[in-house]
Amino acid sequence: MRLYSLCVYLFLYTPIAIIALFSFNAGRHASQLQGFSTQWYGRALNNPFVMDALETSLIVAFVSATLASVLGTLAAVGLQGIRGPARAVFDGLIYVAIMIPGIVIGIATLIALVTVFDVINPILAAVAPEGADPPSLSMGMGSLIAAHTMFTMALVIIIVRARLGSLEAALAEASADLYATPFGTFRQVTLPLIAPAILAGFLLSFTFSFDDFIIAFFVAGSETTLPIYIFSSIRRGVTPEINAIGTMVMVASLILLVIAQLILRRGPRG
Amino acid sequence: MTQRRRNWLLVAPAGVWFLVMLVLPLSVVFIFSLGERGPAGGYVPAFTLEQYANLPARWTAFKNTLVLAPLGTLAALLIAYPLAYQLAVRTDPKWKTILLVLVIVPFWTSILIRSYAWIFILGGRGLPALLEVFGIEGVRLIYTPFAVTIGIVYGYLPLMVFPIFVSLDRLDKRLLEASSDLGAGPVTTFVRVTLPLSIPGIATGCLLVFILLMGEFLIPALLGGGKVFFVGNALVDLFLQSRNWAYGSAVAFTLILIMLVSVTVYMRLISRLQNGRDDVSVM
Repeated sequence: MRLYSLCVYLFLYTPIAIIALFSFNAGRHASQLQGFSTQWYGRALNNPFVMDALETSLIVAFVSATLASVLGTLAAVGLQGIRGPARAVFDGLIYVAIMIPGIVIGIATLIALVTVFDVINPILAAVAPEGADPPSLSMGMGSLIAAHTMFTMALVIIIVRARLGSLEAALAEASADLYATPFGTFRQVTLPLIAPAILAGFLLSFTFSFDDFIIAFFVAGSETTLPIYIFSSIRRGVTPEINAIGTMVMVASLILLVIAQLILRRGPRG
Repeated sequence: MTQRRRNWLLVAPAGVWFLVMLVLPLSVVFIFSLGERGPAGGYVPAFTLEQYANLPARWTAFKNTLVLAPLGTLAALLIAYPLAYQLAVRTDPKWKTILLVLVIVPFWTSILIRSYAWIFILGGRGLPALLEVFGIEGVRLIYTPFAVTIGIVYGYLPLMVFPIFVSLDRLDKRLLEASSDLGAGPVTTFVRVTLPLSIPGIATGCLLVFILLMGEFLIPALLGGGKVFFVGNALVDLFLQSRNWAYGSAVAFTLILIMLVSVTVYMRLISRLQNGRDDVSVM
């Protein structure tokens, strides 16, 4: 049994190790080791396309994770006091958001937004002041952030709600008995207690958005995120540079994951 | 401001976001699936079931998905279960957390990069070259259903191990002792006690993996090399290459329907299985 577990761990980590190993390859052939070198890391970091894609990915991940954390937390708190059919509808929406495959979300967002933009853009052009460039809506960072926020908001609601459910109602009641306003109770009692869950939700949302390929593939318009860049590079052939980028991305995800874990573990003490 | 109104105000932004970015897009997919293809691609309004009648043209994609998704889920389950069992039942509590985290960590790194590692391993200079050293020649691994299955198991194993681990970890270990005190051998104890009690974990793991696999695009795209493709790959082709929005919408909507039906049937089966077990335990 121990041997079996060892084999599974090998299965899980060998591919990752191979990528890391080949990223230090001196030669340009991706599948032959020819000595140690860090040149591909230098090349990747000096490649303007890689850096542009990285910047786009970071902005999208940060903005969408922030929006998702704020809106998701508000919704989770509000949902606590809502019962009946409205609650059922909202729970259904969260369920659908999580269950629908990313690829369908991507497609649906693409055709819906393009159709809506086709209606709005002529109107914008008509009402725009004479001589000025009329504003024109198109697929890009905005649509990407909106789509990622939709999905990650559902994640945040689920995580924060689980935490809210485990809080004792007596705490809020005690606070109210001591003449705290509802907002005061939220800020001084509830928020500190659910803060770890919100932060964990933020980090998971950030990781999801940063790693997402399939939704971005459809809704990013002319923008290139890092996963899109990696995918199109692989299509053109495997290079050690991609291995270097992959290794860096994995290390960055790991660091975020460790931070999220530490925060969640410190959680119970508030 | 009343409590009721405040709750609604808190929920409103998320609600509006879901309406615009989820309900509206999915409705558009449904409406477009009843339309026709424009002369230069895109969509022309119509009310016809023609797109659905044409679904058999993409039968291979549906067949591959409906065969390889359950197969991959099953393979992941068979590999994950012994590991989850070892971690939950046989491992020193001191090491449990760290060993479990080691299983889950890969899942939170980019599946794109992890799948692409297998292009190396299964490609001509990887495993096949190694097999040639042992005199086994002409083995082709990459761009086969086998490669796609390996990619699936590799990609989703952590998602399968975690829920099974949780259900086995919660299991009261005294039940196992009681079973053996009453004269049951290890196999009987496993089949009559451990396995039935871990069904919720198995059910959750299979459901999660199956749902994600139904919409899979990357693994077949990278490891199937255009020969083994899923519905996801057909959708990318229909929307980004041939720009056939009406037909693509029909394919997407059918995929959602298949998922809804299979998940509902599956949940019914699982709850029946568990109710059945409860009846037995009452006796």
